[in-house]
Amino acid sequence: MRVNIALAQVVNQQERWQHVKVAPTSLCALLCQRSQTKVGVLDIDICGPSIPTIMGVQNEQVHHSASGWSPVYISNNLAVMSVGFLLKGPEDAVIWRGPRKNGLIKQFLRDVDWGQLDYLLIDTPPGTSDEHLSIVQYLSQTQLDGAIVLTTPQEVSLIDVRKEINFCQRVGLPVIGVVENMSIFICPKCKKDSYIFPPSTGGGEKMAADFRVPFLGRLPLDSRIGKCCDEGKSFLEEVTDSPATQAFVQIIHKIQAHCSQEQSSRETETGEAMDEG
Amino acid sequence: MERLQSVHHVIVILSGKGGVGKSTVAVQLALALRAQGRKVGLLDVDLCGPSIPHMFKLDGQSVHQCPEGWLPVYVDKEQKLGVMSIGFLLENNDDAIIWRGPKKTAMIKQFLSDVHWQNTEYLIIDTPPGTSDEHITVMENLRAFNPDGAILVTTPQAVAVGDVRRELTFCRKTGIPVIGIIENMSGYQVPSLFRCIPIDLQLSQGLEIGKEVSSAPVMDAIQEVAKRLIMLDKDLP
Ligand SMILES: Nc1ncnc2c1ncn2[C@@H]1O[C@H](COP(=O)(O)OP(=O)(O)OP(=O)(O)O)[C@@H](O)[C@H]1O
Ligand SMILES: [Mg+2]
Repeated sequence: MRVNIALAQVVNQQERWQHVKVAPTSLCALLCQRSQTKVGVLDIDICGPSIPTIMGVQNEQVHHSASGWSPVYISNNLAVMSVGFLLKGPEDAVIWRGPRKNGLIKQFLRDVDWGQLDYLLIDTPPGTSDEHLSIVQYLSQTQLDGAIVLTTPQEVSLIDVRKEINFCQRVGLPVIGVVENMSIFICPKCKKDSYIFPPSTGGGEKMAADFRVPFLGRLPLDSRIGKCCDEGKSFLEEVTDSPATQAFVQIIHKIQAHCSQEQSSRETETGEAMDEG
Repeated sequence: MERLQSVHHVIVILSGKGGVGKSTVAVQLALALRAQGRKVGLLDVDLCGPSIPHMFKLDGQSVHQCPEGWLPVYVDKEQKLGVMSIGFLLENNDDAIIWRGPKKTAMIKQFLSDVHWQNTEYLIIDTPPGTSDEHITVMENLRAFNPDGAILVTTPQAVAVGDVRRELTFCRKTGIPVIGIIENMSGYQVPSLFRCIPIDLQLSQGLEIGKEVSSAPVMDAIQEVAKRLIMLDKDLP
């Protein structure tokens, strides 16, 4: 495999809901902004790629070079790959059954030349099917840190997310933690909080406790974030006063702490520094 | 698939993105059609994330076999609204269905061929997001039955991601007519498509506990969609 993934990898097990749009982007934007961390984002939502729009690079195309496909660079330490870069236009639908989707995922893993990366974030579609099975299977030989599971507070979403955690457990993918998105709605005009999605069964925190997996935090729903995402802007730069921004910072610290802990325990196990994936 | 022959109208609910409210629209539309005196079936082909049973407070129910096939689970005593979902076949609610395409395809084919819908007038099919195995299978197997078409659900946010345009392409390529587009959770007004359904806290709270909601704005919007569907039907030769 030509994937040159150093240090740590994070598989991002996304749950259904628009937050799919917000989380990974901002996670990496923040990681990059705060440090010189090198981050790759791989979008394996083959039939509904939204990462290019969210990151403001929907008109980019992938370039082929001697060393493989080059990802699209948002900045010098943030690279993205998505099926969106292979399409003719925004109306182009990818009407593929499982095997073709799996083929492309394999090709992404084999042929994308990421260079050196500190983190690879993989954005997945909802469900527990081909994409999820394939990514776990194809990466089984590498050091996969685990999955970040996203949910919204209400039971309708938690039903799906419990299945997602059940999936992780059954395929042996560690769950780094659960993030609850859209916990409260912050009105842009009056700045008042309200619940859109009532946590009638205890929300993400209780579910995490039930499954004995870490709860990483809550993200408020701030429509300004959605707007930034639609326009491909980093809300961390645009909306500095949002409580969501603070929440993000804390969640990212927890994820980073988890990954470096994993890494040092791997190093003591193998007795060597991991700089090659 | 002869069992589908007795169903008069088949409507598929589609969206490119997850969480835009397909299941919500499917449930509300089924209730609205029933309220107008129709016999309605709701088939949930979201195998990895079925939410219809919960929205009707039917979790834990199971499917019964009769000589004519699988009996849907009825929401009401009058048996005006029947539901079929993989949720009724799971032993444990938290169990994940970890299946690749071919197994999902086989299950959906079985749903389409083995459920005894009796003389259902409207069959509404709720799907997972995307344009893959589930959708291709549904379209391929429905073609012979002349489905009325697809209702595309989107949100103001999802529009930006181009999901509706992709779904429109999917419908064109698979040859299913587009009945209309519903913009759900409209926070701000957008030029009217088929119908905009406002975001409504009562609705999400009601669905949480499987209660039928009578929220005025949402119901108005949905009733109108139902009426228009029935009108469409009258206009047919
Ligand atoms: N108009 C509305 N007002 C308020 N809440 C809504 C509205 N429409 C949907 N919701 C809420 O949004 C959440 C997602 O809706 P729903 O499950 O119907 O989406 P979906 O498209 O079927 O999702 P999936 O892709 O997971 O199948 C639910 O909690 C639902 O109660
Ligand atoms: Mg649904």
